[in-house]
Amino acid sequence: MEERKKLIQLKNITKSWEDGQVVLDDISLDIYDNEFITLLGPSGCGKTTTLRLIGGFEQPNEGDIVFMGKRINDVPPHKRNVNTVFQKYALFPHLSVFENVAFPLRERKLPKAEIEEKVNEMLRLVMLTGFENRSVTRLSGGQQQRVAIARALVNHPKVLLLDEPLGALDLKLRKDMQQELKKIQKATGITFVFVTHDQEEALSMSDTIVVMSEGRIQQIGTPTDIYNEPENAFVADFIGESNIVDGIMLSDYKVSFSGHTFDCVDAGFGRRESVDVVVRPEDVDIVPLEKGMLQGVVSSVTFMGVHYEIIVDINGFKWMIQTTDYCGVDEHIGIYIEPEAIHVMKKSEYSGMFGDYSSFSNELDELSDAESEIEE
Amino acid sequence: MRRRRTEREIREFRARHGLLAPYTLWSALFILVPLIFVAYYAFTDNNFNFTTDNITRFFTATSQVANADGSMSEVRTYIVIFLRSLKLAIISTLICLLLGYPAAYIMARAPEKAQKTMMTLIMIPMWMNFLIRTYAWMTILQDTGILNGILGYLGLGQVHIIGTEAAVVIGMVYDYFPYMILPIYSIMAKMDIKLIEAARDLGCSGVSVLRRVIWPLSLPGVISGVTMVLIPSISTFYISQKLGNGKFFLIGDAIEGQYVANNLHFAAAIAFILMIILLVGMAIMKYFVNKKTYGGAR
Repeated sequence: MEERKKLIQLKNITKSWEDGQVVLDDISLDIYDNEFITLLGPSGCGKTTTLRLIGGFEQPNEGDIVFMGKRINDVPPHKRNVNTVFQKYALFPHLSVFENVAFPLRERKLPKAEIEEKVNEMLRLVMLTGFENRSVTRLSGGQQQRVAIARALVNHPKVLLLDEPLGALDLKLRKDMQQELKKIQKATGITFVFVTHDQEEALSMSDTIVVMSEGRIQQIGTPTDIYNEPENAFVADFIGESNIVDGIMLSDYKVSFSGHTFDCVDAGFGRRESVDVVVRPEDVDIVPLEKGMLQGVVSSVTFMGVHYEIIVDINGFKWMIQTTDYCGVDEHIGIYIEPEAIHVMKKSEYSGMFGDYSSFSNELDELSDAESEIEE
Repeated sequence: MRRRRTEREIREFRARHGLLAPYTLWSALFILVPLIFVAYYAFTDNNFNFTTDNITRFFTATSQVANADGSMSEVRTYIVIFLRSLKLAIISTLICLLLGYPAAYIMARAPEKAQKTMMTLIMIPMWMNFLIRTYAWMTILQDTGILNGILGYLGLGQVHIIGTEAAVVIGMVYDYFPYMILPIYSIMAKMDIKLIEAARDLGCSGVSVLRRVIWPLSLPGVISGVTMVLIPSISTFYISQKLGNGKFFLIGDAIEGQYVANNLHFAAAIAFILMIILLVGMAIMKYFVNKKTYGGAR
């Protein structure tokens, strides 16, 4: 990759609240010019705090925040060339759409004609032309969202911080806004730092994803890297669905798990090193029993529209398989896994915590999703 | 076509109105009827014949006052009294606002426990009867009172406050201060902290956050506060008698004086005029504030 300009550097940032709770534990992160970077993680992982540190609303206890080569730990928010789209938009209820967007321009005391031009340009960008005199309290969620984006962009900041901006929108609107945000980012060339707990959103929008958990960065990479080469069980489980089983690396390109030795594409582990093996549900093929590398019994089948989600018991470990082929419950099946579909990871503190579908149920999954909607 | 109500709506309508009935009756009996009586008395003479004399008297009655050089001049008695009341009330209200606004802001941003303590401290004086509070200020402000005692002890000389307009203003500010701070505080406490962060984010320094976001959003609280201080202080009567040594006859004193002298009709006329002036004043204030607060945003 050609050399990219580092815009923001977080250097060994530690942040804890006054009651001693550690929110960020020695975080280091480089944010490059003109990229769409997403901080992804469950509630309480520190992603919003990271954003607030960049915005200037919080200060680190340890470590430095560097913006274009200058340390900005003590620079107050209004002197940073960074703007924020807040979670619930934080539009000024006493001002019209026009005045909300004009707010930062009036602060700079720009001439009237220039303000009008810039505001109109922004309203065009977010497709709100004609709404100038509307009260922001009379807009729909999606429209309020657009005003918030226009207001944050009108000053042409170097960086736009977005704190779960799509969280309050319904699914359809959310998908539209994802596309639009991506388009706006491309059009303006402004670096977007996006915070979300929605892995699909992160995968579809980002150039770079930063996966966080418990105040630490678990992995930094492109969406494909993160999905195909997760660094540990947490990342593998949080991004998409994963079967994660204990395995032993016999030698380079040979891994044994579930009582069978598989060819794989991973190397560089110690001989007979214990590892975590990730196999994505869509990479598991169902074959006739005798042709299978592993054999198992189907314990449940759920129709998902595009595919079936099948839970298979293989030697007591429940695997999830996504396939378009139908199987009946209690059927004995064989499964086949390509070498490319096997991803081997070093053991971590998250080993054994994820990746088994024995307690799996769709309802439970939805319940926990709903919980994570609650803001941090 | 008129939409037909559902049975449930009808039930709820009846329930709502049934529950409201006692309050409607109460309001009618103790607010509306007395007001009608005031108006009725204001426009009738002692024999209850219609007359506008009481109203005219308010605007035309004159009396002699001594000038500084000893000469006498004729003034319109009640106009002078009214303007004096208005002046003292406005000064008291402004002082309450200047003290109360920052206090409310600090209170709203303080930790929850501190907020409760401050609230209690503000409320405690209100538990005492206001006559007693006024008497307390007499003993503080008297020439031989507590204030001069302390000043003398510290060797800072003496001040003469009792019997001046300043004493009356101090009394009013003390009495009505909670009515200023509470509505402003309740608005500020509800204000979304994210709005302040957003303003900071968009380039506002502390002063301009206050000017461009906090102040306009707190205006409804300021309006209630100003109304709740201005109106009782315009019509106050006891404070001026006790702390002003009776030298500053206010409109409230005038009403009381006429009432005590059994001039019920003229007392009612003064009260009626005062009420009309206040209503008009409030309507004008509200109009301008609404225009300012929500200007352009419709």
